[in-house]
Amino acid sequence: MAETVLETSGLTMRFGGVVASDNVNFKLKHRELRCLIGPNGAGKSTFFKCVTGLLTPSDGHVFMRGQDVTGWMPHQVASLGVGIKTQTPNVMDALSVHENIWLAARRFFDPAEARARTGDVIDRLSLGPIARTDLGQLAHGERQRVELGLVIVTDPWLVLLDEPAAGMSAEDVDRMTEIIHDITRSASVVIVEHDMQFIRSIAETVTVFHQGRVLMEDHVDRVMTDETVRRVYLGKKA
Amino acid sequence: MDRSAVRDVIVTLVVSAILIGVMPMLISTYTLTVLIIYGMLGLSLGLIWGFGGILCFGQAAFFGLGAYVYAISAVNVGESTLPMILAVLLTAGFAALLGAMMFYGRLTDVYLGVITLVVTLILFKFINSTAGPQYVIGKARMGGFNGIPGFQTLNVPGDPGAYIWGDAYYYVCAVALIIVYLLVTWLLRSSFGRIAIGIRENETRMALIGYDVAARKTVLFAAGAGIAGLAGALYASWAEIVTPTLFSLGQSAEIIIWCIVGGLGTRLGPIVGAAGLAYLKFLLGQQSMIDNTLIMGLVLVIFVLFLPRGLVPAIGALWQVSVGHKVRRRPARRMRRARNG
Ligand SMILES: Nc1ncnc2c1ncn2[C@@H]1O[C@H](COP(=O)(O)OP(=O)(O)O)[C@@H](O)[C@H]1O
Ligand SMILES: [Mg+2]
Repeated sequence: MAETVLETSGLTMRFGGVVASDNVNFKLKHRELRCLIGPNGAGKSTFFKCVTGLLTPSDGHVFMRGQDVTGWMPHQVASLGVGIKTQTPNVMDALSVHENIWLAARRFFDPAEARARTGDVIDRLSLGPIARTDLGQLAHGERQRVELGLVIVTDPWLVLLDEPAAGMSAEDVDRMTEIIHDITRSASVVIVEHDMQFIRSIAETVTVFHQGRVLMEDHVDRVMTDETVRRVYLGKKA
Repeated sequence: MDRSAVRDVIVTLVVSAILIGVMPMLISTYTLTVLIIYGMLGLSLGLIWGFGGILCFGQAAFFGLGAYVYAISAVNVGESTLPMILAVLLTAGFAALLGAMMFYGRLTDVYLGVITLVVTLILFKFINSTAGPQYVIGKARMGGFNGIPGFQTLNVPGDPGAYIWGDAYYYVCAVALIIVYLLVTWLLRSSFGRIAIGIRENETRMALIGYDVAARKTVLFAAGAGIAGLAGALYASWAEIVTPTLFSLGQSAEIIIWCIVGGLGTRLGPIVGAAGLAYLKFLLGQQSMIDNTLIMGLVLVIFVLFLPRGLVPAIGALWQVSVGHKVRRRPARRMRRARNG
């Protein structure tokens, strides 16, 4: 059995009276690709933030490769070799694509190596023509792609993406799918996603969140046909 | 060093050599000296605010601290070299402690402003209240609102009898500013500087990349304070007296205005803004028709409304528009001429 790289036990986050994350037990294996789905407000992002250190959970624990990282700061979590993309875009708007990615690479590599890796990622994500453009001037899809570049340039062993395909064109989503498949060759990946098309095209195991809890966890096909899931989530759209 | 860095250094040296030579024909070296010192003070805030995104309402506190550390230790040591070094190190150390408290405490920008403001106020009140004979550090009496006069001013290192004053002091201050400017340039080109700018742009992203944002902001904050401390020490040696008004909030506000008017996010802007506005204030001080704080306010409002990015970026843009056109056109014309015959 493969090693567990990410685990939460009893993870709970309360905002006043709201229990945004309620006793979540979660396990991710080495090189696994996992999608988190659930209706708006289900607590996916809250769970995500507790794992990445952006929030300190009210209760419960987070383990990465067996190490207790509960209450760590985001930079400490990232320093373990975890690549993170939040739901709201987080990039350096006044800096160029190249500089954005270089800054990420520089965290783990010397200037020359960082430069080389930045060039590689720019090629890999076909960002060449806009490499010297400031992020603020780019379209939404391009910005998402650059942010993905920031995440993968350091070869993280765990990649956490909150809605990476949100607001993207079909073409951009296809490219994103390809990149994510690429990432899973060496890393474990957790993706929070809304887009069903996208999930069908990449997911194997899916965890469904509902009102802060894990409603179901199973293969994507079984989740899609499950009555309860359809009612709480898909039902609204169908 | 790459070629653009070398060019940067050469341009800096040539332009400043010309300015150092020409300016004394227009303005007395005594006045120029203090303009240079203010330029350095402007640069100190320009560094942490313009490149680090840290708006400090208490830059005057570091200036005053540097001045007082210099004065107190100069009284005790009777020589200027160690006091100069102490002024930089102790001020930077104080800022590092304050900064670590603020940045590791994850304070928001507003609270950061409030705390730096309050620290300035406390220092001002405290030094003001040290009039009694019990406030003595070594041989130096704090003197309350009267300040500390009569300390050793700058001398040739190791020779307390060889004072550096008048024109010579002007050259020393000018060279000090050039060195600080080049150091800031180097810092901003280094990985540390580029990361600092990244943090200015998006702290969350830089933390998620794995950078210890609080540590880096603390270091930058301390570096800026160290520069302000050096400016304070040079000021003390120029004025030959230090008083609590160095810590005044008015002074802090002025430094902020220098940066806005000169151009935030540039190295040159805060220096130009500081020297320019300080000179304007000096000229206005020689007349009594118009209140000069009114003029300062007016200048600020005009800049915020019409040149919000400041003087230096505006001139830079103008330069690019006019010269950039010529540079682009000229080769084409030359080529045509070459083709024609
Ligand atoms: N900082 C916060 N303060 C108070 N309530 C919050 C906060 N963040 C999220 N919530 C609440 O927690 C619940 C889960 O939100 P979230 O995790 O963003 O859901 P999702 O990402 O699944 O759409 C929502 O009811 C939301 O209003
Ligand atoms: Mg969300």
